[in-house]
Amino acid sequence: MSGIFPESLACVSDSLRQVIWRGGCALLCSLLLMPGVLCAQTQDDTQERLKALEERVRALEAELRALKAAPPSAPAPAPAPPTTVQAPTGAPGVPAGQLPVYGGASALAKVFNPDMGVIGNFIGATGRNRISPFPALSLQESEVSLQAIVDPYARGDFFLAIGEEGIEVEEGYVTFTALPAGLLAKVGRMRAAFGRVNSFHNHTLPWVDRPLVAFNLLGGSLEEADVGIKDAGVSVSRILPSPGGIFLQATGEVYRGGSGSLFRASQRSDVSVVGRLRGYGDFTESTNLELGGSYARGHNDTGSSFITQVYGLDATLRWKPLRRAIYHSFAFRTELVWSSREELTSTPRAFGFFSSAEYRLGRRWFVGGRYDWSERARNAAQHDSGASLVLTYWPSEFNQIRGQLRRTRYAEAQIANELLFQFLFTLGTHGAHPF
Amino acid sequence: MTQRCNRFRFLLSLSAVVLVLLAVCTPAQAAAKLIVVTTTQDLAALAQEIGGDRIAVDAIARGYQDPHFVEAKPSFLLKLRKADLLIVVGLQLEISWLPPLITQCGNPRIQIGAPGYLDASQFAEILEIPTAPVTRAMGDVHPFGNPHYWLDPENGRRIARGIQMKLAQMKPEDAAYFEMRFQSFSKRLQEAERRWDEQLKTFQGRKVVTYHRSWPNLAKRFGLNVIGYVEPRAGIPPSPGHLVELIQLMQRENVKIILVEPYFDLKTPNSVARESGAQVLVLLPSVGGEKEVTDYFLLFDYDIALLQGAFTRVQ
Repeated sequence: MSGIFPESLACVSDSLRQVIWRGGCALLCSLLLMPGVLCAQTQDDTQERLKALEERVRALEAELRALKAAPPSAPAPAPAPPTTVQAPTGAPGVPAGQLPVYGGASALAKVFNPDMGVIGNFIGATGRNRISPFPALSLQESEVSLQAIVDPYARGDFFLAIGEEGIEVEEGYVTFTALPAGLLAKVGRMRAAFGRVNSFHNHTLPWVDRPLVAFNLLGGSLEEADVGIKDAGVSVSRILPSPGGIFLQATGEVYRGGSGSLFRASQRSDVSVVGRLRGYGDFTESTNLELGGSYARGHNDTGSSFITQVYGLDATLRWKPLRRAIYHSFAFRTELVWSSREELTSTPRAFGFFSSAEYRLGRRWFVGGRYDWSERARNAAQHDSGASLVLTYWPSEFNQIRGQLRRTRYAEAQIANELLFQFLFTLGTHGAHPF
Repeated sequence: MTQRCNRFRFLLSLSAVVLVLLAVCTPAQAAAKLIVVTTTQDLAALAQEIGGDRIAVDAIARGYQDPHFVEAKPSFLLKLRKADLLIVVGLQLEISWLPPLITQCGNPRIQIGAPGYLDASQFAEILEIPTAPVTRAMGDVHPFGNPHYWLDPENGRRIARGIQMKLAQMKPEDAAYFEMRFQSFSKRLQEAERRWDEQLKTFQGRKVVTYHRSWPNLAKRFGLNVIGYVEPRAGIPPSPGHLVELIQLMQRENVKIILVEPYFDLKTPNSVARESGAQVLVLLPSVGGEKEVTDYFLLFDYDIALLQGAFTRVQ
């Protein structure tokens, strides 16, 4: 025993040793006997439950006999037409009654999950382009959207763009919808409110590609698939009072200062700012015009003290007859952009624009065209121009096939004739985009 | 250092301009009347029945346009930013255009979940609620049920009651007025229903074909038997193969009426009608579908008279 017990216990009295020995034996016996005891208890429990069940069966049999013996009762009177309607007890906006459950019992646990969607954007190209070649075939972008209401004061939107080279947060922002004085604020990473097309996601463009002016003056290079002003920051906008049913909205945005090759922040104070004023009016219920003016200012990659300023004007004329809105519509849009970029020895001032028109031929067919002309921000003496013809087919509103014949004349005296084609397909819920 | 000061001054002046701009533009004074905006003219008509002269009501979508595809025009934001109450059809009818309008209007009163947001579908009897998994292979299917539920007068009564309760809650001093108007509306509706039932009494169970699935509530209430659709699946334009099958079905079942909503092109229904010996009827799914259809009663008056006339002609 002494070998088993540690040295400190070797000196304890014999009586204490006996107590410990007996206690240990008792514990061992208890452990050995435990399963038997438990088994006996389980048997007792089972018998008790069986008895209870037998009693319930007898009670039910008695009830059934009583029901069979009773005379058939008259059918229940039809419920009176409801004269009052119960106020909903659940969350407002949710239909009364049980919600359909599609994914089993755990589906209810998913009701607060954001609306999810994926848009596949597959692009192909044929023809020759030595300056800005598209790959022959590529899944250029898969846009994953996650959108939900955050709380009574805000909603959140995430658009993750998964390209062939990795994943990027295309946009991810919270919108504060319950601010006083009619203010609307967005915080996060966003496409800036500069002009109209800058805020479009790739899959909402009326063309396969973006206009040349977006590459040359709004950041990015001709090799990039996605360009434009997008950055992390804060956006505040407000609808302004105006006469005669004119819609007027002012937007002010402050960003970190890094956006493609347009802005580059060398230090924390190198923020960029974007401002936009847009007006909209209905000529008739079918025809409307939107005009906008935009301004962006930020530091460029020459250094912290070198500023790039961009000015923009845009106009969109739309026609859509309400009775035949799903068959015919027309849109003309144009954007003019001026850029001023401070460099070490000079300040190149460049100009560019595009004009485009789309017409809906029928429920599934659209035809359109675009003309591009743009100088290059770093060298205004060089300019590119291009013209495109676009034909779009919609098997359904979630599926789109598009072809674009494009002829581009680059400053390097190169002419590129190409056929671009695109397959767009939407899975799941994809929230509506703003007008 | 000077450049940094310049930058700071620039940002400061920009912020000041924005702040002044915002401060000058104070929100509009609350009007004495409750401002109600609805997504469709049907809901506007029902709200008007209850609200009378104590509310100012306006609708976004016109009765002759497809309520699934409305452009979210900025001019609608002007309506929404002043609204005290927004009433929607719900069941995802407006999903492709309403959410960005609500988000962008800068009006906390009508955000989803706020007291000024009312989904009328919670009061109505909803048909065609899917009981099996739904996929887009079924077309533009509504997973919570058919959203064209206002085309049953009983649902109209229920929606009106829901609106009355909401208005009473928002304007308690006029609660008795709203209750009185609801009772009057309900009574007039009861009388009108007797008239409409009488008009269609002899045509119960008549088989019809419709373009879109807009009419389940109307068909159930007035005993029409919808046996086919011009659209093969919701929101999907018809294929030639489907039209051939439809014509055969109509000939086999002796269907003489094709109901078409005013926003669909009549070319396809007309050719189906020619082949099958049927008539095309442009039935109105909404108040405002025609100039003279200015309220909820006139909508049924128009549709029931049209159906009665057509059934009589093809007898």
